[in-house]
Amino acid sequence: MVPLFSAEGLSSLIFIVIVMTTVLGAVIATHSERLIRAVTGLAICFIGVAGLYYYLNSPFVALMEMLIYVGAVCVTIVFAVMLADPNPQGEAGKGSIFAGPLSFALGITLFWGLSALAGKTPWIQPAARINDGSLEEVGTALLSKFSMVFELISIVLLLAIIGALVLARQGRTRAGEES
Amino acid sequence: MSIPAFGDSLITYLIIAALLFGIGFYGLVNRRTLIGMLIAGELILAGASINFMAFNRFLAPDPTVGQIFTLFIMGIAAAEAAIALSIIIAVYRNYRSIDAEDVAELNG
Repeated sequence: MVPLFSAEGLSSLIFIVIVMTTVLGAVIATHSERLIRAVTGLAICFIGVAGLYYYLNSPFVALMEMLIYVGAVCVTIVFAVMLADPNPQGEAGKGSIFAGPLSFALGITLFWGLSALAGKTPWIQPAARINDGSLEEVGTALLSKFSMVFELISIVLLLAIIGALVLARQGRTRAGEES
Repeated sequence: MSIPAFGDSLITYLIIAALLFGIGFYGLVNRRTLIGMLIAGELILAGASINFMAFNRFLAPDPTVGQIFTLFIMGIAAAEAAIALSIIIAVYRNYRSIDAEDVAELNG
């Protein structure tokens, strides 16, 4: 416990707000009827996750989270919703009535199990740190120790670009059909 | 007035990550449209990334490995989202629907 009106106390308060943002965004992302609101909830959740990364001593990864997820992935999903969501009145009235309670029970079970496992495991602190995890160290490791993975992921991204173009270049209407 | 300092313990981050994973799994099973399932999958990936970053901050002897792994998760997730969305557009082109129940031509 730290006093509220100090630097640590205000930082803890902001941390609690960030956690609330993350959880609220995740709930919106899974519970809203319209898909566009679900995407908005996903963006809110990722802003919260970026805040968590900031609290984990990694402002660079927090910035990348904002840039890639909030800036790119969410916008791409919004484009897909605009291109392929013909009836946005929701998804009620279809499927089994057991799907909702069953998936809720599965989610609760997974959350409870993982939390209990995290609480019970005796985590071993490291004896020493070999560097401080700063951006310079990350860059050096990325281009020396992990350079092979770095090159491989650029090939993966190139293939993803070409594959997305091949799959989606014909548009959303079949040949010879009016939109 | 005092306030608990949650931001300095590993278990807080692990519980948040488990909560995101649980919510994402719930959405993945519960959602009926393909885009909704993709959104829930992104939540699951976010939970995994928070776990990596938390272990990196509190337990790893080399604190760059977790950050680099999280960056690679981001790259793979971006590629996955692009591919999945173009598949969804192709499915919409052929079926006029993005409901997972309607794409059942190979269903025996």
